[in-house]
Amino acid sequence: MARAVSNSVKARNTAIAWIIAILIFFPILWTILTSFKTEGTAIADPPVFLFFDWTLENYATVQDRSDYFGHFMNSVIISVGSTVIGLAIAIPAAWAMAFVPGRQTKNVLMWMLSTKMLPPVGVLVPIYLIFRDWGLLDTRIGLVIVLTLINLPIIVWMLYTYFREIPTDILEAARMDGATLRSEVVHVLLPMAVPGIASTLLLNIILAWNEAFWTLNLVAANAAPLTAFIASYSSPEGLFYAKLSAASTMAIAPILIMGWFSQKQLVRGLTFGAVK
Amino acid sequence: MTSTRALMGSAAGLALAAGLATTASAAEITIATVNNGDMIRMQELSPQWEEETGNTIEWVVLEENTLRQRVTQDIATGGGQFDVLTIGNYEVPIWAAQDWLAPLDDLPEDYNADDLLPSIRQALSTDDTLYALPFYGESAMVMYRTDLAEEAGVEIPDSPTWAEIRTAAEAMTDQDAGIYGICLRGKPGWGENMAFLTAMANSYGARWFDMEWQAQFDSEEWQAALTDYLELMTQYGPPGAAANGFNENLSLFQQGKCGIWIDATVAASFVTDPEDSQVADSVAFAQFPNREGVDNHGNWLWSWNLAIPSSSNEMEAATDFITWATSQDYTRMVAEQEGWRAAPPGTRTSLYENAEYQEAAPFAEMTLESMNAVDTDSPSVQETPYTGAQFVAIPEFQGIGTAVGQQFSAALAGQADAEQALQQAQSLTQREIDRAGYGSN
Repeated sequence: MARAVSNSVKARNTAIAWIIAILIFFPILWTILTSFKTEGTAIADPPVFLFFDWTLENYATVQDRSDYFGHFMNSVIISVGSTVIGLAIAIPAAWAMAFVPGRQTKNVLMWMLSTKMLPPVGVLVPIYLIFRDWGLLDTRIGLVIVLTLINLPIIVWMLYTYFREIPTDILEAARMDGATLRSEVVHVLLPMAVPGIASTLLLNIILAWNEAFWTLNLVAANAAPLTAFIASYSSPEGLFYAKLSAASTMAIAPILIMGWFSQKQLVRGLTFGAVK
Repeated sequence: MTSTRALMGSAAGLALAAGLATTASAAEITIATVNNGDMIRMQELSPQWEEETGNTIEWVVLEENTLRQRVTQDIATGGGQFDVLTIGNYEVPIWAAQDWLAPLDDLPEDYNADDLLPSIRQALSTDDTLYALPFYGESAMVMYRTDLAEEAGVEIPDSPTWAEIRTAAEAMTDQDAGIYGICLRGKPGWGENMAFLTAMANSYGARWFDMEWQAQFDSEEWQAALTDYLELMTQYGPPGAAANGFNENLSLFQQGKCGIWIDATVAASFVTDPEDSQVADSVAFAQFPNREGVDNHGNWLWSWNLAIPSSSNEMEAATDFITWATSQDYTRMVAEQEGWRAAPPGTRTSLYENAEYQEAAPFAEMTLESMNAVDTDSPSVQETPYTGAQFVAIPEFQGIGTAVGQQFSAALAGQADAEQALQQAQSLTQREIDRAGYGSN
């Protein structure tokens, strides 16, 4: 039976939740506000919060100087491409590990996870040389491959956790009714795992969208996504904070909007199986 | 009808042939660069070069450290991603020795290489051959507020000593009003606080290594330089200075929070720009200070240069571009479009002889004086086994300099005293330099 929660406790919890949310969101809000300031106002001390002459000048400059759409399209292709290929490989792998576990399943899972413990820079030179020899440097397909591989352990782990929550009895019943392996996965397993798959998909698109190590190191001009677009506005000698903020806002806007509209799905997926 | 068709056919053939000829001669070059004001201007003006030559440019603009890592990795592995690199004078001799850069010994006559500032030309040459062309250059100097100095009753001479700087900083400090006598770099990094502290140590007569490659942080000169730096900053500097680099100090100075700022000469154009600086009309300049009796003004020299990696497949177009972007004509073009003040500084003698530039840039004379005072072959008054400036020109310096910079930044933050920081610096530098095999040569 649910415990009764008094109104004062509810109010306190709500207040705490709001404070934490504002603290987390504040840097993003500040970036967005700075993007509408002049360079002079951006560095004003004491800082100016809302009452300044709002300007779109920085957006015009950024738009004028860089090919935003080109970078945006590269980001979309790379993040969606790597996630879709990753899911296509991970769904059967997670199915096998969740429903037909062998003696080494746990070890295989741990081994997959252990690849995430290696600092990416440790394998930069070998990967760079392979990319050079295979002509993959500065190509979208090259980045799709590398991001698929680095995110695959997370996709497999997330799906494995969701699949484990699905009662085996249902799959057995389907088998007893004569379902083939393919229809068992496609018609029984997948519909039940949709929230988990959706949240895995969304989370991996976000991870791939924000990935900045490989995207900066393996591309030059043609396949550069939005992370390279932001990096191009950082200056060692000169104050361009307002323009950098405008570039950052333009780069995070699409993923922020996507996250906003899919937040229910995301939360549902992330808490899937959390309460038993 | 038939003849018309034949005529059209020939015309189309001719157009196709012309198109093919253009495609064959036109090249596409990829340029890696940073997002500094002068480079942004170069990007804006480059369509003129594209139009004149029929070639096209792909720009890769990155943050300085990312660019350095990205370009090093590409050039070391022969990735061939770039045709023109923007690199500093620290990298040029090291990379030239590795045969990573194309020698520029066949420059067109009208390029007038003799017009390049001698210190810059020296820094970019190996065996009298240029391996990069300078796009803009800088030394370091003192920038100070004339109104605050006058109010405090102090005078800063054109060539001040550190003792005079200290007196002036003390007099100008008014912490209650949020004015700090002196602002200096504190953010750790070989190109951040260690650029400044190496120059300061040079001006105290210190050196990084003796002729046997023994680290010299236990010397009296280093001890005096670091102690004075820490005292200046803790008594008259802004709070949280251990996190301040060039941009943070620029912001503080432009808002009238600093009495004195000692940093790269390129800052002079920012602090005297009335559009961004609140103190534009009350800034004066002086040479980088020295310790009394030491004939060395820091030996700070930095230039951003355009070089061609030997892996480039577009040598001809790349050479044509870098000679265009660093030519006297380019400087004139910038001046025509944006005024002489915007001309890329610190590379050519002719710029400093130009009366219009001298009038538009009140910092021109001091910049030239500072740059001419530099001798990259002898960074310290003591004999050194290395060349350099505000850095030691060996590949290991990036790592060692940053590690030492962390010790000194921690001392500025109050986590250690000067002696402890110097001891740490001494042992880590000696360990790394021994490991790299310098002492055994």
